[in-house]
Amino acid sequence: MMDGAAQHSAPNAVRHDSADRQVAGAARYTDDVVEPPDMAHLALGLSKIAHGFVSGGDLGSVRSAPGVLAVFTADDVPGINDTGPVVHDEPAFALSEETGADVSYHGQCLFAVVAESREQARAAVRLANLEYAEGSPILSIDEAITAKSFLSEPYRMARGDAERAIRRAPHRLTGQIEMGGQDHFYLEGQIAIATPGENDEIHVLSSTQHPSEVQKVVAENLELPLSSVTVEVRRMGGGFGGKETQGNLVAVAAALAARVTGRPAKLRLDRDDDMILTGKRHPFRVSYEVGFDDEGRIEGVRFEQWANCGWSSDLSHAIADRAMFHADNAYYYPDVEITSHRCRTHQVSMTAFRGFGGPQGVLGAERMMEHIANHLDLDPLKVRRRNFYEPAEGPGERVATPYHMTVEDSVIDQIVDDLAETSDYEARRKEIDDWNRANAVIKRGIALTPVKFGISFTTTFLNQAGALVLIYQDGSIALNHGGTEMGQGLFQKVAQVAAGEFGVPLDMIRITSTRTDKVPNTSATAASSGSDMNGMAVQDACHQIKQRLADHLDKDELLFENGMVYWSGGRMKWADLVKDAYMNRVSLAASGFYATPKIEWDREAAKGRPFYYFAYGAAVTEVAMDILTGENRMLRADILHDVGKSLNPAIDLGQVEGGFIQGAGWLTTEELVWDNTGALRTHAPSTYKIPTAGDRPDIMNVSLWAKGQNRELTIKRSKAVGEPPLMLGVSTFLALQQAAMAATGEWTPINAPATAEELLMSFG
Amino acid sequence: MSTVIKFLLNGVEQRVEDVPPTTTLLNWLRYEKRLTGTKEGCAEGDCGACTVVLRELGPRGRLAQRTVNACIHLLPMVHGKEVITVEHLSRDGGLHPVQQAMSEGHGSQCGFCTPGFVMSLWHGYETSAPTDAEAVADQLAGNLCRCTGYGPILTAASAARDLPDAPSDKAEARDRLKALDAGALGYRTNQGAFWAPHDAATLAKLIEDHPQATILAGATDVGLWVTKQGFAPKEIIYLGDCADLSEIEETLTGVHIPAAVSHQKAMTSLAEMFPDMGELWRRFASEQVRSAGTLCGNIANGSPIGDAPPALIAIGATLTIRKGMKVRQALLEDFFIEYGKQDLSPGEFVQAVDITAPEDPMDLRCYKISKRFDQDISAIMGAINIQLKGDKIISVRIAFGGMATTPKRAKHAEAALKGQTFDEAPFKAAMEALDQDFTPIDDHRASAAYRLRTAKNILLKYFIERRYGDARITGRGKVLATKVAAE
Repeated sequence: MMDGAAQHSAPNAVRHDSADRQVAGAARYTDDVVEPPDMAHLALGLSKIAHGFVSGGDLGSVRSAPGVLAVFTADDVPGINDTGPVVHDEPAFALSEETGADVSYHGQCLFAVVAESREQARAAVRLANLEYAEGSPILSIDEAITAKSFLSEPYRMARGDAERAIRRAPHRLTGQIEMGGQDHFYLEGQIAIATPGENDEIHVLSSTQHPSEVQKVVAENLELPLSSVTVEVRRMGGGFGGKETQGNLVAVAAALAARVTGRPAKLRLDRDDDMILTGKRHPFRVSYEVGFDDEGRIEGVRFEQWANCGWSSDLSHAIADRAMFHADNAYYYPDVEITSHRCRTHQVSMTAFRGFGGPQGVLGAERMMEHIANHLDLDPLKVRRRNFYEPAEGPGERVATPYHMTVEDSVIDQIVDDLAETSDYEARRKEIDDWNRANAVIKRGIALTPVKFGISFTTTFLNQAGALVLIYQDGSIALNHGGTEMGQGLFQKVAQVAAGEFGVPLDMIRITSTRTDKVPNTSATAASSGSDMNGMAVQDACHQIKQRLADHLDKDELLFENGMVYWSGGRMKWADLVKDAYMNRVSLAASGFYATPKIEWDREAAKGRPFYYFAYGAAVTEVAMDILTGENRMLRADILHDVGKSLNPAIDLGQVEGGFIQGAGWLTTEELVWDNTGALRTHAPSTYKIPTAGDRPDIMNVSLWAKGQNRELTIKRSKAVGEPPLMLGVSTFLALQQAAMAATGEWTPINAPATAEELLMSFG
Repeated sequence: MSTVIKFLLNGVEQRVEDVPPTTTLLNWLRYEKRLTGTKEGCAEGDCGACTVVLRELGPRGRLAQRTVNACIHLLPMVHGKEVITVEHLSRDGGLHPVQQAMSEGHGSQCGFCTPGFVMSLWHGYETSAPTDAEAVADQLAGNLCRCTGYGPILTAASAARDLPDAPSDKAEARDRLKALDAGALGYRTNQGAFWAPHDAATLAKLIEDHPQATILAGATDVGLWVTKQGFAPKEIIYLGDCADLSEIEETLTGVHIPAAVSHQKAMTSLAEMFPDMGELWRRFASEQVRSAGTLCGNIANGSPIGDAPPALIAIGATLTIRKGMKVRQALLEDFFIEYGKQDLSPGEFVQAVDITAPEDPMDLRCYKISKRFDQDISAIMGAINIQLKGDKIISVRIAFGGMATTPKRAKHAEAALKGQTFDEAPFKAAMEALDQDFTPIDDHRASAAYRLRTAKNILLKYFIERRYGDARITGRGKVLATKVAAE
């Protein structure tokens, strides 16, 4: 098997397109664009209570503060005053000086200040003199259940009769796990710059994963047609889902300021405000009731999932749905019922975060597997293997998901077999048992967990993408598509597709900013779909141009390679052909389009094929823990991940490795703490702890699964890679639970994140 | 005294006379000089995206350099020094080996943290720091990356050394700094004054004459008041340029560490005397913060969770407190009166801390308990110093941070141990006694219950480690385990 190092030097393992500029500090992010002298700056006024209303006071001293150009509230928004992406339940500015304000969470945006400088805007905000009438906030899933506070009715997926199957099974267990949320901690905070143009036109530079949506919310709030608003993003300093909808308010505020002042206006959130104001991964509770046989094979299972959605809908329904779609992870459940509850609390609106509910569903399933194994005194890996979906070449008996889709492409058993062997799982498990018998203070644990992740937006219409390919008369190529670059290497992967199509060196492809006036109506760069969809859309555009060139030469088939174009009996240089085509009035621009095939989803019936295909992977992680303090660390991690036929192994390995560490961070040190007034206490890197370099395990073996290839006709038979590896971090959490069990000698369920405190207190 | 802030930026002399004294180095670089390679990630010195290198001439004209977080470093603090930003590394158009290694090794994804990592790596390169993974992880503890999982970045440190050497401009830098000859700073604008005297006597006089002034050492605390709370003091007195407060002095009984000595400098000499303190300081903040922050500052600001005070109380450190020409000594443990209140009257400042060398360097053990190993504020910081004669406990000092409103000794626990035989029973008694010593609180770092339970376990841990050998998950991936049988 090819290891990660060899994969790094594959011919298509080229660097990120901006790597040289990034290391030189020359890659420009939104805040790096030179500020024109008349740039106005914004700051947002945030609520000081979690629930209640603004009962009095005023913004007089804010208005009269030095440098202040304008203060605006709900009263000043010409349009809908709402930034909700799906449901309009998110006022942009909660405060109206006529009617007051209903406050829904601590840190909610009440008003905005525009001033000559950022410092002046931020200083002015602090002068707000508002009086609050404080209600008692709902701050947890339990409190939401008690108060019957939900965004919607429960949603159910089922197949067969789970209740009966559980009742008849030889063994039954029930259990529950709580899991915390996660802050994205993109290194570049939310930012937008709005510049007014002629008439009512406005240009917005935004750090967003979803330019088309920013365009829409800006238009709706400014009461403009979409065609008046252009949104542009060259790159983000990280996104991870946190810039799918959470940039909306920032862009709307900047656009409104530009409108009101007639000047370019910038809003860059301070890190603390960013963490207080913007959404997080959903905290969840998952409970299960499972019936199984003596071998640990599941016969029936019922899950109940409770999602803490925060104060508004945002994307919570789709996220909670995806948690249900992944309640099976890689396992076949003969009879199954999954019920999902969407709790509304007085906390920040939870939002998209790499995995989009999937990780919470997966963790519920994996905890259950450990529980079954413990009950039967079996190696958890044995129990996992016995429950896997049947492989693609199997008889087709154990292939139905809880949502009635057939799993046609399972390779999880092969990946797990390969990984168990290369990581020496069996021998190490035994060695760890010996260690734990001999050592009283430091306990070790190991866990191997799989992931199966469904690829496609489960909101079917979002599965479309557009591209624009422009060839200039010198043969140089400008590439544009609806995908955005947040570090994941999308631009380079798609550029590689275009370079391959035209047979030209990669440096002939000019990668350009994502702009809504080049490619309209795009979907968010999300759901791991970026290269799948935009790669195909670009390929479509390239094919159109290639066809025109073939028609121009009157040839049936052309071969594009090494900067040359070949046909039966002749050849021409790429640049010469382009020039010739231009002189003969052949169009050298094409817009490409792609709509993912085969997918359909009936949400009401909870039946269909929401996913085009599945991505698979597995990780085995070993940890050590101090039973006197709960302190712990990863010692070794081995990962094998399936990306089909990789478009770019170097970029894909980077996604796998980074995703794993981010997932491990979610489940270990990244703890969000709200106090009993509903204020977030962990709103800066001093208090919210993402992994550092020292948290990486000493030994880390990461490989792409060499046998991988997509059964479906994806771009070059590759598979999506953005989200699936995050769930590999589940192995870290369960290894820690194994260590806790070594300490107590019994079943020791822990909740996430497994901080040192959570572990120590689990010892009873 | 210079009334203009004079310094070098990437080799070019700068004279600044028109910015507020609380202007941060980062904002000045980004918005005045339009050097946007240096990024703002958090504006509190915790993410490292703003890492730059400061070069300065040491007491004997030696060129020294360190990394700092530009986001919380106030611009007047760089008076007389040279600031190196990421743009300087590729000044000749090509990439520096650390940049090349980062780029070719896929060390950047979104790229926003990258210039900060590059500067930390460049600092390691220029100072020939070790490149094993453990050492590099320490050097990079102050730089957060959310994309890569760090593997390619750790590799880049050593890969850079395998590339052809980059020319260094150290010799030119030395000459430039000598030629700069900035002198002491007395900077005044209508927004406030900033003094940076060069000697302790002038400093003491300034503080005495301006008792309301903010005393500034590394700005690792004050810098955050500025960026996060809009703090804009009218008078700032910076002590970091006092040459006679910058060097550790060996005394007959131990060491004397004056106010301008950074944690980074102090840790070496403390680690020599108390090996376990070295491990504590390794995990104390990050290299950027340790290079700016000072030991005396960590004491003077009176934080209930500062890592240095419990360790120093446990070894009986004393303070030299000065007002004008008057100097007094105080026991560190008496210095912390209550939350936010120290034994320091207007016009006084902490001039130095004195530490007595131990008879047995292994008597002291420090236990820093935090959510994350590196660069995290402690939930609990326990320091235990026990002297044995034969198997009798003849002296015991136990101090905790994070357990009360100030760093504090555990007198009841100490009493349970003193004079006893070094055995498990008195430690169990000391664990019980800890209930009388502390009533900790719940906060976002830890619950009261966890704090108390862990503090007790730390006592037991001390016993186990001293009796049977180390049992720690320490360093990077290193697991030290004693084979003490389970009870």
